[in-house]
Amino acid sequence: MLEHIFQPGFFASDEVQTALMVGGVVAVVSAIVGVFTVLRGQSFAGHSLADIGTTGGSGAFLVNVSPLFGFLLFTLTGAGAMELIGIRRARGRDLATGIVLGVSLGISALFLYLDTTIDNTSGAVMTVLFGSIFTISPSTLRPVVIFAVISLILMALLYRPLLLTGLDPDIAAARGVPVRLVGLGFLAALAIAVGLSAIAIGSILSTALLIGPAATAVRLTRRPGVAMLLASGLGLAAVWLGVLLSYDSYDWPPAHHGWPVSFLVVALVFVAFLATEVGSGIRRGMRERNRTSASVGSDLPEAVRS
Amino acid sequence: MTQSVVDDVARRACGSEALLSVSGVDVRLGGRTILDQVGFEVRPGEFTGLIGSNGAGKTTLLRVILGLQRPTRGSVRLTRTGRGRSGIGYVPQKVLLEPDVPLRARDVVGLGMDGHRFGIGLPSRRRRLLVDEMLAAVDASRFANARVGELSGGEQQRILIAHALVSRPDLLLLDEPLANLDLGSAHEVVGLLARIAREQQIAILLSAHEMNPLLPVMDRIVYLAGGRAASGTTEEVITTPVLSRLYGHRVDVIHVHGRVLVVVGDSETAGDSVGDIGREINSDVDVVG
Repeated sequence: MLEHIFQPGFFASDEVQTALMVGGVVAVVSAIVGVFTVLRGQSFAGHSLADIGTTGGSGAFLVNVSPLFGFLLFTLTGAGAMELIGIRRARGRDLATGIVLGVSLGISALFLYLDTTIDNTSGAVMTVLFGSIFTISPSTLRPVVIFAVISLILMALLYRPLLLTGLDPDIAAARGVPVRLVGLGFLAALAIAVGLSAIAIGSILSTALLIGPAATAVRLTRRPGVAMLLASGLGLAAVWLGVLLSYDSYDWPPAHHGWPVSFLVVALVFVAFLATEVGSGIRRGMRERNRTSASVGSDLPEAVRS
Repeated sequence: MTQSVVDDVARRACGSEALLSVSGVDVRLGGRTILDQVGFEVRPGEFTGLIGSNGAGKTTLLRVILGLQRPTRGSVRLTRTGRGRSGIGYVPQKVLLEPDVPLRARDVVGLGMDGHRFGIGLPSRRRRLLVDEMLAAVDASRFANARVGELSGGEQQRILIAHALVSRPDLLLLDEPLANLDLGSAHEVVGLLARIAREQQIAILLSAHEMNPLLPVMDRIVYLAGGRAASGTTEEVITTPVLSRLYGHRVDVIHVHGRVLVVVGDSETAGDSVGDIGREINSDVDVVG
């Protein structure tokens, strides 16, 4: 039975080992940053950074650099630019945001086209947009861990000020919290999380790993610390299960060529989210039914009497 | 004329050592004068109402006191009483949190203690006891473990008051805490605040557009109109001559059934105030402008 799940060679394969390690680190960082992203209502900023990161990742292939550095360079620069323009605050910046994101995806299209035609790296499109976790070189692991640690240190340092500014920026400012600096620090952590996530499941899907586990966790608990632990667990489970299923899927129809990890990870994240939604919906429904049946019961005699 | 209104009422205010003194504060934003030579003092433990209709400059004045808005001219001075107290506690009108944000009411109160510090912060017995004490002080123990985003406006307000109190401020600033409450809840909150001010020796500065719920508890009033202020006790300030000088035209102060009504015609249509009185009594608002 166990052999069917963990097929021979799964743990022995170098690619699988790298995938499990990189994927695990990425899942934890995304989950923890993700809880704050949900708390601060900044998932759109995360999505924008992913779009901008696409340009960096596709450009990296042109200059023969690991896409990780392309992603990170562009998401971090994008985060700095966002803070400068103040995208989050001013609603009037909607148009500018739309145009900037459109342009960055447009440039990505050009870069990806050049990647495939000139450099003949036909895997670039798939790698940048949807990720290919099994082709990550083992040498990438070290920078991934370093950036992950930077991001987690930032989050630990900014933990309380982020919660306070999330509650109300004016309260935080009145207590002497450097609100802008804290916001910038968070955007940097967010940029790193999105960049790392892009390496694992592709730039387009990176926000799924950021928001999915976090959104599920915040429905299950009302304590911020617990939500982060829970989101990390969910993210880890989704990524590792995704890698395992993808490895097993070489026997699956239709192509007998393996299913993409990104699809499996995102599918698992979505199933977990859906399950909690349905679960809480059922709980709410039962509570309401109990209440109405109780009130109907007490109303009935009165109605009969009158 | 403005100057004289501010001066003669403010001069009488200087009795004991002031906790907060606001003097000659001007705020101009984009060529518009929001605050014009505003000056008043708050003494330790006093309950002060900051009264004015919408757009009179109440929020701007609070932001100046909090240091969130730099005045064009003038100064704000806060004299701390020490004893491990923080300066100003602030209660905004409401917080905008999604219902599924993972923060319990008690987490919000805890953030009032150390939310401005860096790092994760470790739980401690002392911290938990203090949070429980503050929750009890605002009658919020019942929903201490509920998500903040799922609480009603009035419940959120109690939590925010506890959040502000837990840092032991000398001065508690509240922005329109009665705005979205029905009359009964408004009296409840006012009673709660008066009790807290007395028990914990905290001065309270509370903005409102309706002064009547505050009349029983207010030690002093700061009345704002068109960016100018008059301050003193309610008997000193809420009079036809003082308010008429503040508004720059005839204003009538009427006492009806234990309530005070300020009837403001605008300068051109001052003769129409009779119509305004009728509207006023029905609409349950005490400033008609």
